[in-house]
Amino acid sequence: MTLTVDIRHRLGDFSIQAAFESAGRLTALFGPSGSGKTTLINIIGGLIRPREGRVVANGRTLVDTANRIYVPAYRRRVGYVFQDARLFPHLSVRSNLNYGRRFAGRGVGTADFNAVVALLDIGHLLLRAPASLSGGEKQRVAIGRALLSNPHLMLMDEPLASLDDARKAEILPYIERLRDEARVPIVYVSHSVAEVTRLATDIAVLDRGRLAAFGPTADILARLDLLSGGEAGEGGTVLEMQLREQDRAFAMSVLRSAAGEIRTPQVDLPLGSRLRVRLRARDVMIATERPQGISALNILSGTVDTLARVSENAVDVRLDCNGQPVIARITRLSAERLRLAAGQQVFAVVKTVSVETAGAAPLPREDA
Amino acid sequence: MDWLTLSPEEWIAVRLSLKVALWATFASMPVGLAIAWLLARREFWGKSLLNGIIHLPLVLPPVVTGYLLLLSFGRKGPAGAFLEQHFGIVFSFRWTGAALACAVMGFPLMVRAMRLSIEAVDRRLEAAASTLGAAPVLVFLTVTLPLALPGVIAGMILTFARAMGEFGATITFVSNIPGETQTLPSAIYTFTQVPGGDAGAMRLTLVALVISLVALLVSEAVARRASRAVAA
Repeated sequence: MTLTVDIRHRLGDFSIQAAFESAGRLTALFGPSGSGKTTLINIIGGLIRPREGRVVANGRTLVDTANRIYVPAYRRRVGYVFQDARLFPHLSVRSNLNYGRRFAGRGVGTADFNAVVALLDIGHLLLRAPASLSGGEKQRVAIGRALLSNPHLMLMDEPLASLDDARKAEILPYIERLRDEARVPIVYVSHSVAEVTRLATDIAVLDRGRLAAFGPTADILARLDLLSGGEAGEGGTVLEMQLREQDRAFAMSVLRSAAGEIRTPQVDLPLGSRLRVRLRARDVMIATERPQGISALNILSGTVDTLARVSENAVDVRLDCNGQPVIARITRLSAERLRLAAGQQVFAVVKTVSVETAGAAPLPREDA
Repeated sequence: MDWLTLSPEEWIAVRLSLKVALWATFASMPVGLAIAWLLARREFWGKSLLNGIIHLPLVLPPVVTGYLLLLSFGRKGPAGAFLEQHFGIVFSFRWTGAALACAVMGFPLMVRAMRLSIEAVDRRLEAAASTLGAAPVLVFLTVTLPLALPGVIAGMILTFARAMGEFGATITFVSNIPGETQTLPSAIYTFTQVPGGDAGAMRLTLVALVISLVALLVSEAVARRASRAVAA
């Protein structure tokens, strides 16, 4: 499955121009508000007709202005989940879920009503009216409704933006299951690094209507220059790790990756679960000798790969920890004092890690 | 209570009025709905002109509207001659003409109510329906229409009530023929023109009052039920 987007469009003063090709299971359109994410996803979904360009999903040309092809939204077979669920107020939850199925019909469908209802845990809501649902429930029903229309492509426009943290935590696992089980590629609009780290396989970064970067999640998040505003400090390294040990006495978990072991407050998942861990660059310190008598638990050893000055006073140090890149943002003063240079053996002291689960499906055990 | 009993002729006028009003309402409903949707949801050349023409009967003297109908839909009028020749439909001096006059007079009210209720439907819901695979006609039938239903029903009741009371355009277009075009208002008018017609005029007035009141109550009840169904 690939999604090819190459469009140019103008809306009043705002112009958008983006070209990328993604084969990922979940492609995030990422950027601050006003960067054109929603415009772009609406173009893919057929709600905005671009002035020029092409959109091809899974070999199906949806838009090709050069060849005068324009597939209207209702023939695109995209499942669109809007920020504001947009459930039909005059229909029950069950009728909302079934809405798209009537039109998808004609033997092309494979989405199974009961399977989708079970996936999203909405069986107990079927007879209710949308107005009586909580925000999180509405959004789950909206995801189910989109899935049951048998889409070739799922589009999600900040589906969590209007929810509080508890509701977000409630929905995120369902989106992960969708990404891992439903086999429908997803395009996901977001401005949150945490969401994107946890969900995305690929990221297209948009900035004022232009594509600033496109690539696999870990590569994009390691480019700290791409993040701005409130998310500027959120950049860093994404490590794919595996849950190896539970230390019940201290309520900690031990995770392992090529870079080394990391201890985090207990993660309630079975041993062997895959996890994504984000090390913010600002939360990583550098030491030239293995530190003693320090409260930080997580110390990774590695060699300095590159040093990049990012401002008057800050330097990004890129380390190679046993083949796994780790980035630390330190002051230029510290870098001078430590006389850091490429190839030098150092230790990365990680103050905090944020654990973003990446699906509970355990990997095959190495020792099995 | 004897004076309350309607004479056979008066019954005929009442039944004719109901028939004319119901035909006027239901026959113009699909056209009214289509035009209301066009005005609410589409931009096209001549939109304000169309809007103006539809609202004309509201501002013109009813007699003028009736006379224009007579000129165009009379047997010698261009539309009237065409319809008679090709479809065998005759309007002049028939009850059908009365229904046409009532429909034209009630049309602005119908379109206005329907248009406002369609405009009030959230377009984002329509967009959602289209991404789920519904073609534009189906979006209208499954989302827009159900959500606009209270306004659509209100528009129909307004047209019905207007039709029950229509007098000027009807009498000008199709005259006042008992049993054919003599509706309730025409019959009341006739009673007031003859000596000793007071009792008949009073009886029919009471009938008109009751029908109008019932229409209003029904419209309230239906609109309330429809909006509850939408809100629930």
